[in-house]
Amino acid sequence: MFAFILRRIGQAILVLLTVALISFSLFRFVGDPTQQMVSQDTTLEERLQIRKNLGLDDPVIVQFGRFVGKALRFDFGLSYQTRQPVATLIGDRFPATIELAFASALFALFAGIPMGVYAGLKPQSLLARLFQTVSLIGISLPTFLIGILLIFVFSVSFGLLPSFGRQGTVNLGYWTTGFLTIEGWRSLVLPAVTLGLFQMTLIMRLVRSEMMEVLRTDYIKFAKARGLKPRAVNYGHALKNTLIPVITITGLQLGSIIAFAIITETVFQWPGMGLMFLQAVQTVDIPIMSAYLLLVASLFVLINLIVDLLYVAVDPRIRISGRAA
Amino acid sequence: MQITPEDAMSATLSTREVQRSRSVMASFLDSDIWYSFTRSWITMLAALITLVLIVSAIFAHQIAPNDPFNLESLNLLDGSKPPFWSADGEWRFPLGTDQQGRCVLSSILFGMRISLIVGFLGVLLAASIGITLGLIAGYLGGTVDSVIMRIADVQLTFPAILIALLIDGTMRALVGTARSEVLVFWVLVVSIGLSFWVQYARTVRGSTMVERNKEYVQAARLIGLGNITILFRHVLPNVVGPVLVIATINMALAIITEATLSFLGVGLPPTEPSLGTLIRLGNEFLFSGEWWVVIFPGLTLAILVLAINLLGDWLRDALNPKLR
Repeated sequence: MFAFILRRIGQAILVLLTVALISFSLFRFVGDPTQQMVSQDTTLEERLQIRKNLGLDDPVIVQFGRFVGKALRFDFGLSYQTRQPVATLIGDRFPATIELAFASALFALFAGIPMGVYAGLKPQSLLARLFQTVSLIGISLPTFLIGILLIFVFSVSFGLLPSFGRQGTVNLGYWTTGFLTIEGWRSLVLPAVTLGLFQMTLIMRLVRSEMMEVLRTDYIKFAKARGLKPRAVNYGHALKNTLIPVITITGLQLGSIIAFAIITETVFQWPGMGLMFLQAVQTVDIPIMSAYLLLVASLFVLINLIVDLLYVAVDPRIRISGRAA
Repeated sequence: MQITPEDAMSATLSTREVQRSRSVMASFLDSDIWYSFTRSWITMLAALITLVLIVSAIFAHQIAPNDPFNLESLNLLDGSKPPFWSADGEWRFPLGTDQQGRCVLSSILFGMRISLIVGFLGVLLAASIGITLGLIAGYLGGTVDSVIMRIADVQLTFPAILIALLIDGTMRALVGTARSEVLVFWVLVVSIGLSFWVQYARTVRGSTMVERNKEYVQAARLIGLGNITILFRHVLPNVVGPVLVIATINMALAIITEATLSFLGVGLPPTEPSLGTLIRLGNEFLFSGEWWVVIFPGLTLAILVLAINLLGDWLRDALNPKLR
């Protein structure tokens, strides 16, 4: 068990170092960092002096070490475009993305699991077939198209919900939240549904197939034979066992929610990190790109690690094979 | 459907060849795959739609009612026309026009053509990289295998769209701001290719590890053939089957990825629009009531992807002996 955890943490550090290396090479080799600091009249000596001061003449490995050291202290330098510290920019945008991701994950879970349970219990019913068809469409439609269609229906045609921006935010010092006002909730609905729809269909299909699988097992037959009520069998015995893979998938999907937030934030002009990253890609703002990359990679690795460890904690069978390996 | 080219060819071949190709066709019509195809009307519908869309993309020049790229033929007076069934609609522009008077239907036909080409080349590149690395990893094993597979693991941690976006962004930075349309096109193809190779590599590696211990590989080694010849002439044909299924499903994903990148503004430019670019441009007119400029390209994309997905799903089930 201990060896398993250590190995997983070792892998996580390796992944992070790889991403840091990519991020560093972006920083160092794509475009010249000094270009942004000099004007046309800067002499060659001054340029060389700037390079020396920045440490660009040191061996690459030393520079990489310095880059990692700075990154650990959230120091990613200044944005090329706005001349503000990248850490501040990201800090401003972070709450918007996290609240959006959180809301859409909750939506995916609380809509996906009941739909999946129903479709798994009554696979032949009309509603279950409808769910299956809708989920196929949900998987095939690209995120941005779902967003556009939702805007078309709910904002343009019916005028029910705002179509862009994040309104009604309250500043709580380090965190600006939209959860405290009605306006904030209203502007959250469409982006959250857009972002969560794909995950919802995924969870629904997963719960459905797991439910159908579990319902065929012997212990369910035995539970029925003992005369337990269908409610107790379906929810106490069957659903409980389907939830283990659901935890894993949901956890892993949290990472892709953050990645797909780039698209949703663009469609709805949501002022989060994804929108900032995309603008950075368009203007080749390397410090923001590499900082975002590192941040997202850390989030991904952290989520994967937690899911792996949770899995071991929940399912004893994995613990045994982990020890054997 | 695989019969059509063979059928056409057989007209010029000898009678014996004709008989052989007839029997190939007969055995195909008798096969499980054809049977499961005819049993599922939804698959047949998906195949029909895919075929129609691909054919109309290939012959876009011939069937498009107008030329959306010829600036001289555009007339601002034709701008913002609704589809033909509305009161102001005209038959000249079946699906209406945008503000510059470009025919929406023609734009869709040409856009779909670009989307399909980028998707196809992207999948081709991804499959080539994945198959080659998978063959090498599975055949050689050892350090080479673990290095390739660790890279694959790291890449698999991240969603493909993020990787495509990153590669696209980096290459744009490297290429610089003075970039031509041709270059942007290949940047997209490479981003898609590099984002989707992992799945092929994993599958091919698995089956290569099984194949490499078989007698025909040992025999080939015994008569002194080189590793490359053995891998590509002997092992490859035996491991390439499952790749077909992945490629079909990936085609839908690649088209979505291209459309997403173009929608985000880091894909194809308005001068050479794909479906994604058309949706991005049309999106600006959504609020002025000209819904047809964005909804029709969007629907086309959705139908194309859905049809290919259905075909891929069917192919996966039909080729999977466990489900028969």
